[in-house]
Amino acid sequence: MPATISVTDLHKSYGDIHAVDGVSFEVDEGEFLGILGPNGAGKTTTLEIVEGLRRADSGQVRVLGESPWPRNTRLLPRIGVQLQASSFFERLTAREQINTFASLYGVPAKRADQMLETVGLVEKATTRTENLSGGQAQRLSIACALVHDPDVVFLDEPTSGLDPQGRRNLWDLLRDINRQGRTVVLTTHYLDEAEALCDRVAIMDLGKILEIGPPASLVRGLDAPTRISVETGAASEEEARSLFPDAEVSDDGVSLTIATRSPAAVLSELAERNALHGLSVKGATLEDVFLNLTGREYRA
Amino acid sequence: MRAGLSSLSLAIARGFFRDRTALFFTVLFPLMFLVLFGGIFKDQTASRSEVVQIGPVSLLDDIRPAARAQVDEVLKVDRIDDRAAALERVRKGEVDAAVEEEPGGRIVLHYSAADAVKAGTVRGLFNSLVQSGNLTRAGVTSPAYRLETAQVEDESLKTIQYITPGLLGWAVATGAMFGAALTLVTWRQKKLLRRLRLSPVGVSTIAGARVLVSIVIALVQTAIFIGVASVPYFGLKLSAYWWMAIPLIIVGTLSFLSLGLLAGSFSKTPEAATAIANLIVLPMAFLSGAFFPLEGAPPWLQTISRFLPLRHLVDGMQAVMVRGQGPGDVLPQLGILLGFAVVVSAIAIALFRWEDA
Repeated sequence: MPATISVTDLHKSYGDIHAVDGVSFEVDEGEFLGILGPNGAGKTTTLEIVEGLRRADSGQVRVLGESPWPRNTRLLPRIGVQLQASSFFERLTAREQINTFASLYGVPAKRADQMLETVGLVEKATTRTENLSGGQAQRLSIACALVHDPDVVFLDEPTSGLDPQGRRNLWDLLRDINRQGRTVVLTTHYLDEAEALCDRVAIMDLGKILEIGPPASLVRGLDAPTRISVETGAASEEEARSLFPDAEVSDDGVSLTIATRSPAAVLSELAERNALHGLSVKGATLEDVFLNLTGREYRA
Repeated sequence: MRAGLSSLSLAIARGFFRDRTALFFTVLFPLMFLVLFGGIFKDQTASRSEVVQIGPVSLLDDIRPAARAQVDEVLKVDRIDDRAAALERVRKGEVDAAVEEEPGGRIVLHYSAADAVKAGTVRGLFNSLVQSGNLTRAGVTSPAYRLETAQVEDESLKTIQYITPGLLGWAVATGAMFGAALTLVTWRQKKLLRRLRLSPVGVSTIAGARVLVSIVIALVQTAIFIGVASVPYFGLKLSAYWWMAIPLIIVGTLSFLSLGLLAGSFSKTPEAATAIANLIVLPMAFLSGAFFPLEGAPPWLQTISRFLPLRHLVDGMQAVMVRGQGPGDVLPQLGILLGFAVVVSAIAIALFRWEDA
């Protein structure tokens, strides 16, 4: 079966800037793909080309077997795009908003009300969108993108500007959407979001995909050291250095940190010495993957 | 996409009627001008002279009851016996003149030269009163000459007749221009245009919804304006083919919508769009004779005004609403407005952008 989305050697330039510089990837049916990268990495432009909002300079895009450019009215009812939370009609209530979008797709109002329930906005149905909180507006805009039951959903930085609680709520909603069998493509500049939600992550920088794969295997493939911290004083810095000659040891006066590629040996040695006070173990994250790929710290 | 058209229209209409600022500037604000102008200049054409009478004046006292009503139409007489107080009132301009009778049939009229028109009117009035008094004394009941006057209403329109089509035209222009410009700019800025582009409805449906709502708003404005101007206090008298104003308003709305689209094409923010729309609408209203007649304006100004759609809308509406001209007389205006809409829309479409670059 062909992939739900296939992108081959995509290029897009604005003047001298190669916003998208040879991007290729595929997304299977029901998959949750995250496109991760700092601002200006080219992820939004890539997404816009796939959605059919922009024309690529070269390369091929197929979504559900169709070309999204020029504007393809056979494809449009099958994809749902969530834009920023401000893309609403002025002075309409949440229900009027979603009903308007529903009728653009010929979807009955009943289904729109159901969608409002799915995103937990029933009690806000008669509130004007201008008076919704950031998280509520985000959820409404996702509901508007899903009201016509699309097969593929595109989300562009859905959680930016939300508080931690709002982000968690939205993550649950996005997982549900994916669990219903929809293919989801999301861009984000939050590493933890990509790790928490996506089946696969494409890491983009300067218009190129640097690495693509499941977050766990990207991190594992990194062969990055595990950071083991205990309370300062549980063991002295010199002691730790002599015990673990291969590890990197540092003490900032609060915690003694041992960065090692053989965490099991270190942990059992520390346990034997009863030196596990305030223990914390941190594996590598996508942040380390990004650092390793670009040689730069990740800055969102 | 019939469903798309009606739901988009409904969304736009709800947005408009819930926007107090927009309602104020498209309906209430022009209406305030109508009430203001209509009220201030209401009595301009039939103003009575006011006179105070000092002591007994047989010329006025002896007017027969039959003639009294006729005199009352043009003259309001109060009696004050204090001569100094009466003259003071004339000096202050509270009354037009003071009249007293001296022995020997001498009628003395005290007037102020401060208001030459009123002074002239009141002098002429008393001249004729004196003459008809003399004729009555002489026993002449059927004089050889009599002057009758008739006003040609359609050449010098009463104020309300003139300002209703003018201010209505201005209101319609404001509503349609700001509607189109602000919808385009805010929808583009909020990426709502992009969102609609990703839905299956076409551009023509989106534009059609905006046109439909603007026409409805213009017709609501028309109904309110005619309704208010027709109350007896203002006294608007519509002529037979007033309903021809409806097609005029519709094509007028189309041409202002196209101008609004053009203004919106050049603006990135709603603030800029408002400024540009204002820069077009206000001078256009002045130059089109929406506020005052253009008859006295220099020829070059008249020439400029012929390039403005509002001029032709106002001309056309005056012709059918108050001058009593027939449907055929406004065909040129209808054609010009339609042509204007087509040409300017074509330019606006060429400049159209779905989103900010």
